[in-house]
Amino acid sequence: MRLIAQIGEWFDRRLELAAPIREVAEHRVPRNTASWFYVFGSAALTIFILQLVTGILLALIYVPSGAEAWSSLQALNHDVTLGWFVRALHGWGSNFMVAVVLIHMVQVFLFGAYKFPRELTWIVGVFLLLMTLGMAFSGQVLRFDQDAYWGLGIGASIASRVPIMGPAIVKMMLGGPIIAGATLSRFFALHVFVIPGTLILLIGVHLLMVLKLGINDWPMPGRLVKRATYEAEYHQMTKEDGAPFVPYAIWKDLFFAAFILLAVAACALYFGPFGPTGFPDPTIIQTVPKPDYFFLWLYALLSLLPPSMETPALLIGPVVAIVALLLLPFISGEGEKSWRRRPIAVLTVLLIAITLGTFTHLAEFAPWSPHMNAWSSAPVPERFLRGTTALERQGALVFQGKQCRNCHSLGETGGQRGPALDSVAVRLTRDQLIRQVIQGGGNMPAYGKNLSPAETTALVAFLVTLHPPGQAPARDASRDAVLREMQQPSAPAQP
Amino acid sequence: MSNEDTVSRRGLFMKLGILFNGVVAAALAVPIVRFVLSSVTRGRGNAYLSWVPLGSVSDFPEGETRLATFRNPYVTPTDGKTVDTACWVRRIEGEQFQVFAVNCAHLGCPVRWFQQSGLFMCPCHGGVYYQDGSRASGPPERGLFEYPHKVQNGLVTIQAGELPTPGASAAMIGKKPPCA
Repeated sequence: MRLIAQIGEWFDRRLELAAPIREVAEHRVPRNTASWFYVFGSAALTIFILQLVTGILLALIYVPSGAEAWSSLQALNHDVTLGWFVRALHGWGSNFMVAVVLIHMVQVFLFGAYKFPRELTWIVGVFLLLMTLGMAFSGQVLRFDQDAYWGLGIGASIASRVPIMGPAIVKMMLGGPIIAGATLSRFFALHVFVIPGTLILLIGVHLLMVLKLGINDWPMPGRLVKRATYEAEYHQMTKEDGAPFVPYAIWKDLFFAAFILLAVAACALYFGPFGPTGFPDPTIIQTVPKPDYFFLWLYALLSLLPPSMETPALLIGPVVAIVALLLLPFISGEGEKSWRRRPIAVLTVLLIAITLGTFTHLAEFAPWSPHMNAWSSAPVPERFLRGTTALERQGALVFQGKQCRNCHSLGETGGQRGPALDSVAVRLTRDQLIRQVIQGGGNMPAYGKNLSPAETTALVAFLVTLHPPGQAPARDASRDAVLREMQQPSAPAQP
Repeated sequence: MSNEDTVSRRGLFMKLGILFNGVVAAALAVPIVRFVLSSVTRGRGNAYLSWVPLGSVSDFPEGETRLATFRNPYVTPTDGKTVDTACWVRRIEGEQFQVFAVNCAHLGCPVRWFQQSGLFMCPCHGGVYYQDGSRASGPPERGLFEYPHKVQNGLVTIQAGELPTPGASAAMIGKKPPCA
């Protein structure tokens, strides 16, 4: 024991670190901050350290080359002892990190921690969020599979829409004219050197400010932040009702850190690593690329925005969002901190959460995408054919052969891009059906060139039978009247 | 002029030292910036583009649309399979062709050809195009990208080399497909 103390003293005489470390550890924090709500920042840091360690381990095997990256991931999954587990830890770690960083941000927002004097801490936090998302995207690229390849294509397509600079930005991003080896190399440099280096630096600044300015006190409804008095009040609070951070508050951070690591490990163990999906060969076009879950909402949004709004939304939207986040502490830097007295703040969080959640959910089953295999796998169900004429059955064949069910469902199978056709005859008259099939419209392509008149007649004859048993098909009342009028004058002529 | 009196010898040397570093940094910045921007500057004046053969005319039956593949003309040693590119070749009749990029004009996902319905469909966000490449429905704002092509010595040849994106490939974007 004495020996250890002596060695410790020997080092401290030269490093002089023991006193500052003790000072940091025992700095006084308001007692009310020793809360389970205050553990997400340290949890994010814990996962970041896990990502650093597992990332370095993966780099022992991974080859950042367009030709070999995919095979080196296969080697990690199947050949290297526990390579699959390290990959799974890193992949699940990234999912958890995005989630924990977002939760931390929401907590900080709802507890008013961005207000005076912690504005800069919030601003650095916004950049930490952007860096985290940058890590998530670049990490997805390093998993150089079909999703990564086409994901880069989507990124390039978005970047290319920047006015004037677009094409140059695309070549800069891809490291050449196409998505290839140079693209992977530069995303490797971003993911392994540039962004983590920036992250470490910003985390240092973020933590330094938490120490210098003190952790945000628990927001009490009615206790308003004023620039003139806040610091003195906070100082008095820590003096009168404070406690040393170690051990008074840190035990909760420690427990939660261990819990979150355990959760990452459990997911890694149970669900395993992510991909890689198919080999990144652009000549294999039978692929349905999808981003990782944290960008799924964007994937849905890109399909649901009206085409004319898309480019402005893509280029201006992120800028507006980031500027709004950066300006937040200056717009509401004072006043009420408690979420109990800030209904708009709570509603904003709920609105954003519900919007993102809804878009993510939509992207899971992508109702806007045509079902690419509907033709071969989905014959017209028998019940729609009972008691039909030969012409109507021919129409059902056209319906199947022309792949209508890529976009339309019948009997609950088929795409959801267009409306279900189980009772289409109730909605559209025969003439309207003919017009819709031939000319398209309302997002439906025109089939006039691809259907012969006979095929159209048969197809519409079949579509007219699609109505529930008790419900008559739609008919054009005025047309009936016209037909009757046309028949009446000729009536007297008949004997 | 009292300021001049306060400039000490060491102060002057420090300022000269900073200036010296600035000059060296500026000199070094020139090659570094040129290196960083090389992927952009190298492609000036369509330098990335060249004519690539897709196959002989007889490989493509009249009135049909077939998938063809070609090797991108600009290759680096670590590219692997990524330089192999696919495109859709439509032979209208005789030596009349249209060659479309597989990349959707919306966000670049690979579109697939459906012979029976005569449509190209995109699996990502539901973009649909007619057989002549013009936009049919969905989020794309324009028709499919078309490679400039020519038939030479019985070979179908296209001018390719850059990833077709909505903002880039001026050669391709200028040639909008005719209306349906």
